Amino acid sequence: MALYILRRLFYMIPVLIGIVFITFFLTRILPGDPALMIAGTEAPEEVLKKLRGDMGLNEPLYQQFFHYVIRLFHGDFGFAWHTGHSVFSDFYTRLPATIELTLASFIIALAVALPVGIIAATKKESIVDHISRVFSLIGSCVPSFWLALILIYVFYSKLNWSPAPLGRLGDSVSPPTHLTGLYVIDSLLTWNIPVLEQALAHLLLPAIVLSTGMMAIISRMVRSSMLEVISQDFIRTARAKGIYERSVVMKHALVNALLPTLTVIGVQFGLLLGGAVVTETIFSWPGVGSYITESILATDYAPIQAFTLMSALIISFTNLAVDVIYGLIDPRVRYD
Amino acid sequence: MEKIAATALVSQSSSEQERKSVGIIRLLTSNRLSMIGLLLIIVWIALALLAPLLSPYSPIEPDVANKLTPPSVSHWFGTDNFGRDIFTRIAYGAKYTIWSGVAAVAISFCVGTILGAIAGYYGGVLGSIIMRVMDMFLAFPALVLAMAIAASIGPGLTSAMIAVSVVGIPEYVRLMYGQTMLLREKEFVEAGRAIGLKNSVILFRHILPNALAPLIVRATLGIGFAILISSSLNFLGLGVKPPIAEWGAMIAEGRQYIVSGEWWIVSFPGLAIATSILGFNLIGDGLRDVLDPRLRSSSGNKKND
Repeated sequence: MALYILRRLFYMIPVLIGIVFITFFLTRILPGDPALMIAGTEAPEEVLKKLRGDMGLNEPLYQQFFHYVIRLFHGDFGFAWHTGHSVFSDFYTRLPATIELTLASFIIALAVALPVGIIAATKKESIVDHISRVFSLIGSCVPSFWLALILIYVFYSKLNWSPAPLGRLGDSVSPPTHLTGLYVIDSLLTWNIPVLEQALAHLLLPAIVLSTGMMAIISRMVRSSMLEVISQDFIRTARAKGIYERSVVMKHALVNALLPTLTVIGVQFGLLLGGAVVTETIFSWPGVGSYITESILATDYAPIQAFTLMSALIISFTNLAVDVIYGLIDPRVRYD
Repeated sequence: MEKIAATALVSQSSSEQERKSVGIIRLLTSNRLSMIGLLLIIVWIALALLAPLLSPYSPIEPDVANKLTPPSVSHWFGTDNFGRDIFTRIAYGAKYTIWSGVAAVAISFCVGTILGAIAGYYGGVLGSIIMRVMDMFLAFPALVLAMAIAASIGPGLTSAMIAVSVVGIPEYVRLMYGQTMLLREKEFVEAGRAIGLKNSVILFRHILPNALAPLIVRATLGIGFAILISSSLNFLGLGVKPPIAEWGAMIAEGRQYIVSGEWWIVSFPGLAIATSILGFNLIGDGLRDVLDPRLRSSSGNKKND
C-alpha cells in the first residue's frame, strides 16, 4: 500500500510542475503588462519601470519561472497591494471562514443527496425520483449568484427568518475565542451559545447556496450507480437468501454504489472553490472567495494567481487522497 | 478489384452518415422536451434580433423620473436604479449572452477537436504532450481558471469569451482523442490507407465525420455551461463594462436593491440566464438520447456502430 501511495505521489510531480507552469504563464503569455496589473492603470511610467525591474520582468523567461518556483517554496505568493499585506497572510486570516463555509455546504449536500439518490434509485419513477430529476435539471441551469439573491430576498427581505447577508456574525456579538477559526466549532468548544446561534444562522443560507450544484450532481450519481449495482447478480443472490430489502440496499448495494461517487469528489471540491468566490461575495462572507472578488475589482493579480494555484493543488491532492482511499476500500484498482 | 472494394468501404462511411442524420432529425423532433428547448432558444434569438422593434425604450439611456418602478403595463419587468426598462435591457442583452456562449463553445470545439484528432491519430510524443497538457488544465476548477485568464487579459466581453473557451478545450480534446483512437483501427480507415489516401484526408474526411456525434452532444450541453461561466464572470466584474446590458452584469448592478425589496431588477435577468441555459441543455439531452451509441444500444435498436 505504501508503495502504491509513493507511486501515485511520483506520478503527481509532472502534473504539479504543469500547474505551477500554467499559473505562471497566464501572466506572461497573455497580453497585458504584469507590472501594470500590479501597480494599477494609473501608475506613472517611472514606477512601472522600477516595478518591472523589481519583479524581474527584464530577465529571461526561464529565469523568471525559476525564481517564481523558488518563491513558492518559501511560501511567498506575492504581495496584495490593495490590502497592503502579503497574499500569504491575507489567505491565512481569511481561510478559516472559507473552510467553515465549504465544509458546511459539503455536509448539507451529502445529507440531502445521499438519501435522495438512494430513494430515487430504489423507488424508480416515484415522487422523490421525479422531484430529484427536476431539481437537478434546474440546478444545472440556475446561476448560483442569482439563487443566492433570490433566497436573500425571500428569507431576509420578506420573511426576515435569516439575518442580513453581511458576514459571519451579527453586530451584537463578538467572535468566539480563536481555536480553529471556524466560528461554529469554536463557539461549541467554548460553549458560547449566543455566538453559536448567530454563527449557524449566518452560515445556513450561503452554505445552502454553495451546496446546490454539488447536491444535484451527487444525487444523480448515487442514483445511477445504485441502479447499476442493484441489477447485479450478488444483489439477486442476497435477495434470494431472504435478506431484508433494507439490509440489501443499505449494506450490499450502497457500499458498492458509493465508490464511483467518491471519485468525483475532487471535481466537486473544484466546483465548491469556484462557487465560494461568488457565494462569499454576495453574503459579504470574509473568506478567501470574497477576497478574490475584491482583488478582481482592484485589478490586483497576485491574489488571483495564488488562488488559482491553490485551488488546483487542493483538487490534485483531493484526487490523490480519493484514489488512495479507493485503493484501500477496493484493492482491485491497485493492480492496474 | 481490391481497390474498388476499398473505395466502396470508404464511401460507405459517408452515405451511412447521411442516412443516419435523416433518422436523427426525425427522432429529435419527436422528443417533446428538446423541442421545448429549441423553442426557448428561438425565442431568445428572436428577442435579441428584434429588440429595437419590440421596445420603445433605450437599453442604456437613463430615465431618472421612472427609476425603480415595479413591473407594470408600460414597463413589463419594471425599471432599474437608472430608470432603464428591464425588459428592453434583457432583450438587448440576449445577444451578448447567447453569442458569447455559442462563440466560446465554437472556439473550444474547433481547437479541441483538431488537437484531439492529432493526438489520437498520430499518437507518439506529440500525442502524449497534448494529452498531458490537457490534464494539467483539467486540474483547475473551471470558474477559477476562467477568472484567472479573464483577469490577466483584462476585463471585457472578449476576454471573458476567450477565458470560457480556453477552459472548455480539454474536454473536446479528450473526447476526440478517445474517438479517434477507436476509429483509426476500423476497416474503412485501413481501406483508405490501402488506396493511398493522405493521412490528413483520412483524419479529417473520414475519421472526423464519424467521430462527431458525441462531440456535438457535448458541445450543445457545453453552451449552457459556457453561458453559466460567462455570466458568472460578468457578475464578478470581469466582463462587460457598464452600462452595457449583459445579464450577469445586470444582476450585479441590481444586487444591492434585493435587500430593500426591489426584486425585479435581479429576478428577470436571472430567469433569462436560466431559461437560455435550460434551452441548450434540453436540446443537448435530446441529442444525446438520439446520438449516444451506448443509450441507443440499451434501448434495443442496435444498428451499425
